[in-house]
Amino acid sequence: MNLETLTQVNIERAARRPVFVVTDVSNGEQRMVKAADLAGDPLEAELRKQLRMGKSAMIEVGGKKLFVNVYAPVARMVIIGAVHISQALAPMARSLGYDVTVVDPRTAFASPERFPDVRVVAEWPDVALPPLNVDHYTAFVAVTHDPKIDDPALLHAFERDCFYIGALGSRKTHAKRLDRLKAQGASDDNIAKIHAPIGLPIGAISPGEVAVAIMAQITAQLRLPKEGAS
Amino acid sequence: MLERDEDILQAAEEWKKAGHGVALATVVETWGSAPRPAGSNLVINDEGTFLGSVSGGCVEGAVVTEALDIIASGQPKLLEFGVADETAFNVGLSCGGTIRVFVEKVA
Repeated sequence: MNLETLTQVNIERAARRPVFVVTDVSNGEQRMVKAADLAGDPLEAELRKQLRMGKSAMIEVGGKKLFVNVYAPVARMVIIGAVHISQALAPMARSLGYDVTVVDPRTAFASPERFPDVRVVAEWPDVALPPLNVDHYTAFVAVTHDPKIDDPALLHAFERDCFYIGALGSRKTHAKRLDRLKAQGASDDNIAKIHAPIGLPIGAISPGEVAVAIMAQITAQLRLPKEGAS
Repeated sequence: MLERDEDILQAAEEWKKAGHGVALATVVETWGSAPRPAGSNLVINDEGTFLGSVSGGCVEGAVVTEALDIIASGQPKLLEFGVADETAFNVGLSCGGTIRVFVEKVA
């Protein structure tokens, strides 16, 4: 690898942008592909597939064995609401490799005793969220059930284009939420991104089961091919 | 894991910029129960200092030795380690897996 490539890879990684290094292992020939330059790349389909799976692998193209190293940003999870569901969801997400932060202005909920080993920010979303640098590689889960807390947080998630946005609440609660969000300037595209009622329909009852339903839905969003994509 | 991958590549860049000879080893293929997935990096400098891992510690020594040669020659190499390779490298993966490691000079 030449120093120029290495420096570029480090810049992309620091900025949390995916980057690929494609190497012909028979002769060491190598090139770097930034995620932003994927469109029209001769290996676009292959690289997109590896990125979606978050997996580096040897691929064969035209009789050549090429190693595709995918440097994808570490996925984050931001949970709004230090509630019972979050106590089950946070450690589960951590075990799946997510960098987890729980936000809840209610200090009785957002206590370190309730969330050992998880970063907890006991502030309102407008204070807590900007320093977290929420980005596309963030799963955003709003579960306080309190519009004063969830609504501004969801507006922030739209702005940052999170790959997954979910919000707790029945269909009726959610319909009211959509009206409020629209009144605050959210577009139809924005609100269509919210998964609500949150989680895959697996008949979850206990907080732990709801956490499983949410985690499975996030995983599906991360790993399954998008409609219309290869 | 002790170091995140970004720290490993960051170290490679810093070593190189500080004038060291540097090699980068990458797991490119695995079979069976290999301890580190494809894409895992190990960086080595000309003083034999290394960071990262390509296995659970079973073959790092051999990779570092090869890397020092590659820093000198500039020729990349594809190494294979596994239970069947004990005679070739005198090291093997106790877990029973096989891995291929691509080692290249940072030029």
